[in-house]
Amino acid sequence: MNQFAVPAVALVVVATVLVGAFGLRISRTTSDFYVASRTVGPRLNAVAISGEYLSGASFLGIAGLVLVQGPDMLWYPVGYTAGYLVILLFVAAPLRRSGAYTLPDFAEARLASQPVRRLAGAFVVGVGWLYLLPQLQGAGLTLAVLTGAPDPLGGIIVAVVVVATVAAGGMRSITFVQAFQYWLKVTALLVPALFLVLAWQGDGAPRGAFAEPATFRDHRVVRIDDRLDLRLSRPLDATATGTIDGRRYRSERVALAPGVHRLDRGTRLTFAPGDPVPTATHGSNGGMSTSLASGRQERPLYATYGLILATFLGTMGLPHVVVRFYTSPHGVAARRTTVAVLALIGAFYLLPPVYGALGRLYAPELSLAGDADAAVLLLPQRMIPGLGGDLLGALVAGGAFAAFLSTASGLTMAVAGVLAQDVLPSRGVRHFRLGTVMAMAVPLAASVLVGGLPVADAVGLAFAVSASSFCPLLVLGIWWRRLTPPGAAAGMLVGGGSAFVAVTATMAGCPVDGTLHALLAWPALWSVPLGFLTMVLVSLATPGRIPARTAAILARFHLPEEVRAEAKG
Amino acid sequence: MSQDPGDRRVVVTGPPRRSRRTSGYYRPRTEIDEQTTLGHTYVRSLMRSQLRAGLTVSAVLVLLVGPLPLLFATIRDAGLQWTVLGCCLYPPLVLLARWYVRRAERNERDFVRLVEDR
Repeated sequence: MNQFAVPAVALVVVATVLVGAFGLRISRTTSDFYVASRTVGPRLNAVAISGEYLSGASFLGIAGLVLVQGPDMLWYPVGYTAGYLVILLFVAAPLRRSGAYTLPDFAEARLASQPVRRLAGAFVVGVGWLYLLPQLQGAGLTLAVLTGAPDPLGGIIVAVVVVATVAAGGMRSITFVQAFQYWLKVTALLVPALFLVLAWQGDGAPRGAFAEPATFRDHRVVRIDDRLDLRLSRPLDATATGTIDGRRYRSERVALAPGVHRLDRGTRLTFAPGDPVPTATHGSNGGMSTSLASGRQERPLYATYGLILATFLGTMGLPHVVVRFYTSPHGVAARRTTVAVLALIGAFYLLPPVYGALGRLYAPELSLAGDADAAVLLLPQRMIPGLGGDLLGALVAGGAFAAFLSTASGLTMAVAGVLAQDVLPSRGVRHFRLGTVMAMAVPLAASVLVGGLPVADAVGLAFAVSASSFCPLLVLGIWWRRLTPPGAAAGMLVGGGSAFVAVTATMAGCPVDGTLHALLAWPALWSVPLGFLTMVLVSLATPGRIPARTAAILARFHLPEEVRAEAKG
Repeated sequence: MSQDPGDRRVVVTGPPRRSRRTSGYYRPRTEIDEQTTLGHTYVRSLMRSQLRAGLTVSAVLVLLVGPLPLLFATIRDAGLQWTVLGCCLYPPLVLLARWYVRRAERNERDFVRLVEDR
């Protein structure tokens, strides 16, 4: 419990609304709404993009993942960053020059086909909803951990604030809100991190953080809040009170053999210093950091490469990332903006590993109790006693809320854009507002109704689906003349569809083991090539369907504006 | 509007490009505008040089990142993995991005110079 957390979160929410209202005063036209009239300079735009991109998964999830699963999980932030480099290399400038608003617009401009446009729209909405879900869940977790509020409350607050700011001000006001939130997030992680590192040094700078596996440094009592399966790689001695494997214990020593043990709700385990921290497999109690954990144990190297490919190539298809490129004034600015974004998010990603490492030292039991995502939130109070720790904890909580708000706004913006243009009858601002409500209502309902699902896997799923559907569409659409509408549609369906089915099957608990399980849990390594291959082969098989104006369209994608501007006049 | 020629405003513009354009009928820019085969060849050459720049940088990226999981799996030094993934990969990513942007912009400048025949 932290009495400053509620004021901090409230302050972030109020500041977001105020900055959004400031944008509202200068947001007048439809173009303002969708793309901020394409007048956002590279610097402001870069900060806004970074602010939007650094989601709750980055702010809380990475530290939690590292805490539970060790340094292998540092591939996530590397992949999130490198994804932008891949965007820069193959997509940024041509995408801006294509002059479209959204991914479906791009599909239509390139392929002149309504069915492909609708298919791309369906994928945008699907990926957007998948990605919104963990934001709302994460907000709920943050509020629940810090104040004991009921789980859905945080998600509802985020949903209401986001719908209000997006519907009121559109892209213009969102740009300011997100730029503000980037700096807020960096501050909220940087300042406590400095104090935590000082506290760590004051503690004699113990180096156990890098040891594998993590060990307990002092006597620690762990209370299991929800039934869980404990996976032990070596024998465990602990003092237990409660039910383990169906046997009741009362402050007795238990010696557990390596393997899987079931701990019932309310069980308490006391560990001695030097005991290795066991890893837990959470059946029902998902969080951002329990993502597909079991899949990694079977084929760790395969899983790592799958993760790298999905994040490197999946970033370009995230709806809130793509829509941002249209707000640059021209292709050259789009490129320069991307470089600035790389530097900004790279700088941010230096911070979460610090929390992960310190969490392994000072709060290793969080990985057992199933709320490792709370490590970032709880560390300040854990390491710095008294008022200082409370204040720093409140700062982190505010930053976490900024993370949920900004990414959720960007996603809502993108999904609402597609809904307003392709589902609702006309394009006006009124329909955009209706689209905003629809964009948020579905994931909010899902997060309230199915709170127990391993929602964090939704992030991995979103990346895998986007890497195997939008990445082939964008890359081949921009660089390959012979792409045809049937090819694009088939590639998106086969690539994205198979990735979706594979991950959904693992999430639903499909009873497969070993290699097959790893293949299904980390599909990018086969589904991305499959998407590309299908797109190429079907396109080659339907040469008669190459759009008539392909040459002119590709010229528009690639020619510098100065040549093009005069070509028009 | 002042009638006095002394303080009449003079419009200052860049060199009149349009007049040059009409002077030679085989000029690249006209070819591009009118979408002739030759124009397509110009666009293709630009696309090829841009694609080459992108592929070069992504090859460097693959060589940089690709062997790392194997390396970590063989060496099993957690400290090394923390250092490399925690902070050492970000600067090369930014440098690669800057290098690519410089090269892509140079390709475009060369192209503009080519079609404007300067």
